[in-house]
Amino acid sequence: MEKKDIIQSFKDSLFTGLIALALFGPIVGLRTASKGEGLFITPQWGVVFLLVGLCILGRFLINLNSSRKTEITFFSKFTSKFSAITEDKAKHFAITAILFAVVFPFLPFTDRYFMDVAIMILTYIMLGWGLNIVVGLAGLLDLGYVAFYAVGAYSYALIATTFGWSFWICLPLAGLFAAFFGILLGFPVLRLRGDYLAIVTLGFGEIIRIILINWYEVTNGPDGITGIPRPSFFGLPFKRSPDEGETSFHLFFNLEYSTMHRIIFLYYLILVLALITNYFTLKIRKLPVGRAWEALREDEIACKSLGVNPTNTKLTAFAIGAMFGGFAGSFFATRQAFISPESFTFIESAIIVAIVVLGGMGSQTGVVLASIFLIGITEMFRDLEQYRMIAFGGAMVLIMVFKPKGILANRKPTILMHGDKK
Amino acid sequence: MEYFIQQLVNGITLGSIYGLIAIGYTMVYGIIGMINFAHGDIFMIGAFVALISFIIFGLTGVALPIILLLVLLIAMLFTACYGWTVEKLAYKPLRGSFRLAPLISALGMSIVLQNYVQVAQGARVKPMQPLISGGLEFFKNSEFIVTVSYLQIFIVILTIILMGIFTYLITKTDLGRAQRACEQDRTMTALLGINVDRTISITFIVGSSLASVAGMMFVLYYGVIDFYIGFLAGIKAFTAAVLGGIGSLPGAMLGGLLIGLIETFWAGYVSLEYKDVAAFSVLIVVLIFFPTGFLGKPDIEKV
Repeated sequence: MEKKDIIQSFKDSLFTGLIALALFGPIVGLRTASKGEGLFITPQWGVVFLLVGLCILGRFLINLNSSRKTEITFFSKFTSKFSAITEDKAKHFAITAILFAVVFPFLPFTDRYFMDVAIMILTYIMLGWGLNIVVGLAGLLDLGYVAFYAVGAYSYALIATTFGWSFWICLPLAGLFAAFFGILLGFPVLRLRGDYLAIVTLGFGEIIRIILINWYEVTNGPDGITGIPRPSFFGLPFKRSPDEGETSFHLFFNLEYSTMHRIIFLYYLILVLALITNYFTLKIRKLPVGRAWEALREDEIACKSLGVNPTNTKLTAFAIGAMFGGFAGSFFATRQAFISPESFTFIESAIIVAIVVLGGMGSQTGVVLASIFLIGITEMFRDLEQYRMIAFGGAMVLIMVFKPKGILANRKPTILMHGDKK
Repeated sequence: MEYFIQQLVNGITLGSIYGLIAIGYTMVYGIIGMINFAHGDIFMIGAFVALISFIIFGLTGVALPIILLLVLLIAMLFTACYGWTVEKLAYKPLRGSFRLAPLISALGMSIVLQNYVQVAQGARVKPMQPLISGGLEFFKNSEFIVTVSYLQIFIVILTIILMGIFTYLITKTDLGRAQRACEQDRTMTALLGINVDRTISITFIVGSSLASVAGMMFVLYYGVIDFYIGFLAGIKAFTAAVLGGIGSLPGAMLGGLLIGLIETFWAGYVSLEYKDVAAFSVLIVVLIFFPTGFLGKPDIEKV
């Protein structure tokens, strides 16, 4: 590298530093804090100088490193190789993962905390798979998916607390309700173009949340619904001392009572629900409607000229995605035994979208990896909650910049002409 | 009647704020065809910069008009830096990527900005003492006295001045001509020797500066801000941009006014709890039945 280049990159780094100073100076450097009446400023110049220094250094190193280009290609090569491996060995990978998931509750190191995290990850995997039908297969960016999650949770909670029906009757009903909402909301908006559709679905998500907060008579407003019945093991409740005339799970199987029974049951419940979602998606991709989704995603005009009705096709994707969201919602309600509108904010939608996008739109394995990564690993750093969301958003930007199709890009057509395999 | 006039005045004030934010959406949409989802958060950053500068200058005891002018300039300058950086980091590398990529990137940027401010400034709401108090009172003999505060007059006049400068910038200067040329055909503009990247950067800078002014007005008008204000304000301003016809600058201002009025009247006459539902419903109805808005051009899909 010549001297001129070094001076040039040095200047460039200083400019970066100047911008960084302007960015961090007021917002980070001058922290406002309330003290008695009014606000006061606490300067934090140390942090600012640290951040600015890091920016200058980072920029300088990037400039110096002329092999930056090869690194980026190395990165994408690595990930494409990785996705090729998972692609080839998809069957083995899936079987290993499912086996691991099945034995997980009985592994020696698995405790209550691990189980809770695993249940949460599985819930997100299921939501991710449900949304993947809409975003990954049909190519419709839905930023209000949490609305269907909420509809499922609330309809489960309301039916179960009002009529006292069992989980297994309420679950399909909740799914149907969510699918119905999907059709109701989807019908008018699905003619819209991609980005408009995203904003409109976001609007719907917010409207549903505002209605949940304000419709006291039905939803109990911000206080939410409490005392949602827990699921039972085919009629055997998980209770230490069952009501008269009832046999509880541990008595029936002659086990010592433990709260873990219920947790493990919930774990298997969500595992089965998630796997059903996955199985359904894999099968429907090979049916005409699934093929029509993917075709629509790639080229809507071509589809129209071939006689595919875009509105109906999109509507089925929307409704089916919503139905799985509804299932996940009822699981959430029965697990928590308490729901309130707070659980269904926009950020929840954003997390689910992030899972689908980061995993690679349309890739089922990608959703699993992204859920484990985003929910599991960040769960370990619970104390850094706020930083977690920064990392979340940052990851979304970085993935779009470097690997716009996600970590495991799987947009390989499911059918090829003349068995053409390239 | 008096109540109606009061709501009208409040609606126009609110509409000015939304209009200024909406310009940023509409300009960016016009030039690169993406919804800058992070624009609402740029507005929020502007509000925070304004709040911080108000506190600092509040201690010095300088005369109020000078403080207002200085805060205005400072907020514009620092917020413009944010707009510029966001474009460079998150949108520029994505030109020519598939259609939803910039939107997802913008969504990520919005999450980053929100949580960054939450970490840096704390999650609590920030109250500020009113700087401009007092106002004119009308219909003193009737039951309901209509008050037009000096602050509302200030906001509306400042909006009109900025709109004047901005219109001049877009219609009369080379910069505006380059901007409009990029909107029509980016490749052709580049062939004619105009630096397209620079023009896009300037678009973001101008949009962010206007949003920061809206942020300053928001601080003064409501007296309370937090890191989350950008989300709702952003959605409403986007609705305004769509209502006026996305890509059209006078449309953005018109749409802003309409959204401000709809929201205030809805809150005043129908239901206060559902006032945000009004904005969202307008958004949905407009997009479905009326996607070109009032002053927009129809969007023709080409193969």
